[in-house]
Amino acid sequence: MRILEGQSVTKYFGGLAAVSKVDFHVDQGEIVGLIGPNGAGKTTLFNLISGALPLSSGEIRFKGQKLHGLKPHQICKMGLSRTFQETKVFSNMPVLQNVLVGAFFGSPNRVSGADAAGEVTQALEFVGLSAMSATPVIDLTLVDQKRVEVARALATKPELLLLDELMAGLNLTEISEAMELVTKIRDTGITIFMVEHVMKAIMGICGRIMVLHHGEQIAEGTCQEIACNKTVIDVYLGEEAHAGS
Amino acid sequence: MDITRFISTHRKLLLVGFPLLIILVFLATLPLYGGVYYTRLLTTILMYVVLSVSWAMFSGSTGYMSLAPAAFFGVGIYTTGFLQNTLPFPVIIPIGGLLSFMLALLVGMVTLRLRGIYFTIFTFGLVVFMSEVVAALESELFGRVGQHINQLPGETIFYAMLVTAVATLLAIYFIRRSRLGLAMLSIGGNEEAAAHMGVNTTRMKVLTFAISAFFMGLAGVIMAPVKVYIDPRIAFSLSYSFMPILMSIFGGMGQFYGPVVGAAVFGYLEKTLRGQFSTYFMLGFGIILVVVILFLPNGIAGLVPMLQGKLSGVIAKLRKGGKAEQHANT
Repeated sequence: MRILEGQSVTKYFGGLAAVSKVDFHVDQGEIVGLIGPNGAGKTTLFNLISGALPLSSGEIRFKGQKLHGLKPHQICKMGLSRTFQETKVFSNMPVLQNVLVGAFFGSPNRVSGADAAGEVTQALEFVGLSAMSATPVIDLTLVDQKRVEVARALATKPELLLLDELMAGLNLTEISEAMELVTKIRDTGITIFMVEHVMKAIMGICGRIMVLHHGEQIAEGTCQEIACNKTVIDVYLGEEAHAGS
Repeated sequence: MDITRFISTHRKLLLVGFPLLIILVFLATLPLYGGVYYTRLLTTILMYVVLSVSWAMFSGSTGYMSLAPAAFFGVGIYTTGFLQNTLPFPVIIPIGGLLSFMLALLVGMVTLRLRGIYFTIFTFGLVVFMSEVVAALESELFGRVGQHINQLPGETIFYAMLVTAVATLLAIYFIRRSRLGLAMLSIGGNEEAAAHMGVNTTRMKVLTFAISAFFMGLAGVIMAPVKVYIDPRIAFSLSYSFMPILMSIFGGMGQFYGPVVGAAVFGYLEKTLRGQFSTYFMLGFGIILVVVILFLPNGIAGLVPMLQGKLSGVIAKLRKGGKAEQHANT
């Protein structure tokens, strides 16, 4: 079943097409990767899906329902949550309260205090931050702040989770931990759509990959197909292979 | 037996509740022995408590710096002005609150989409605008600007303000602890993230802005009879916007009691020192504020956890020292 579907999704910033006529879909239970060079429109696409930006034209459907004109808080309550490329934690609160916001407000129904507390405990345990629940979130390292964002998103009880460069800035150990975490989230039944630059992570956990370049989709397929795709190598992977050597 | 159990289970509540009760009893009986001067002084302090606590509830938590308290306070004052001869005073009080609430709803729906400095400037403009509107309305209705306010006994005003202050403090205490309070804090922490976590940010902002305006309006109605004579410049004086902000910063906005402490200290200083050192008062006021901002960014309330931290550090050191000695002995 297609949980998320976009048809000729387009976003203009002035005269510039940041995302241009992109068709995409995400099936339930998948981990789909979204890659492309800087400025390709990956985060813009995420912002269009989560309602942070209005579409210029095209259509996005989540669980068959059009997202057009919906505000981020409404889309969140439908079961679509996200994290941010540049961490956007609630800097004036401890870890626990950060996650509590998701638990209280992310659900379409009114959540009781006890239920919310239970969800927070569960989400913090899931990402491995139980010991730090009382710590002010600004005292945390980058990787832990990213974990808070994941826990906060999980507390909203999403069906689809958008992860925007979860692994940027992490070291190798942290990357493999993050990969494990993403797989673990998928195993609980949550579908994942992720933007990532760390190719090792993408190739390791994604079932399918989509490539954007200059706002246009230039390829889509399994990891194998993408790794061998000549256009993708030219515009994106090639650069990295050089950079890596 | 039961009493000891009660004390041990509700220790914290008693520790806070008992002093509060004493303060309340002291305040409630003040007019009996305090005389006119202290009754008036406490009325002013309580007014600043209402203004500061309601300002800090909205602006302190969401980070939207509002300069509008004077607008809502002035609406309250003029509600008394316009209705004093048609309705009894106790009825005017909630009407003034509701008018401020409605004005804030209207303004909030239009302006709370603005962020940062633009919102602040708009709220500043609102004070000036309301002052002009009321002046026009007044000259239309009465043929002149400015009017006398019927005198009321000082005790009546004091008790009205005391009840309002207690109600405001209780309401805001519970709002801060409710999910509405959490929503406001999340907006202050990161508005975009709050929206993506399901917080209806626009609704929360407009609603809490209006709630804070409601309490400011109440305070305005009650203070009107103290003024004897009002005109738009007196009623919408910008110092009613700035004082609550300065008091909240001085007291510390992170804690519920911060603005209360700030209002009490500055309300007292203003009343007592302004008479004697009118020229130097504002200067001293400014210096104190600069010092607080520089060295106590979390205000007076920020001192408490800081001192607690230091104290527990010292205790831990002493204990460690003790232990080390023991080790040395064995």
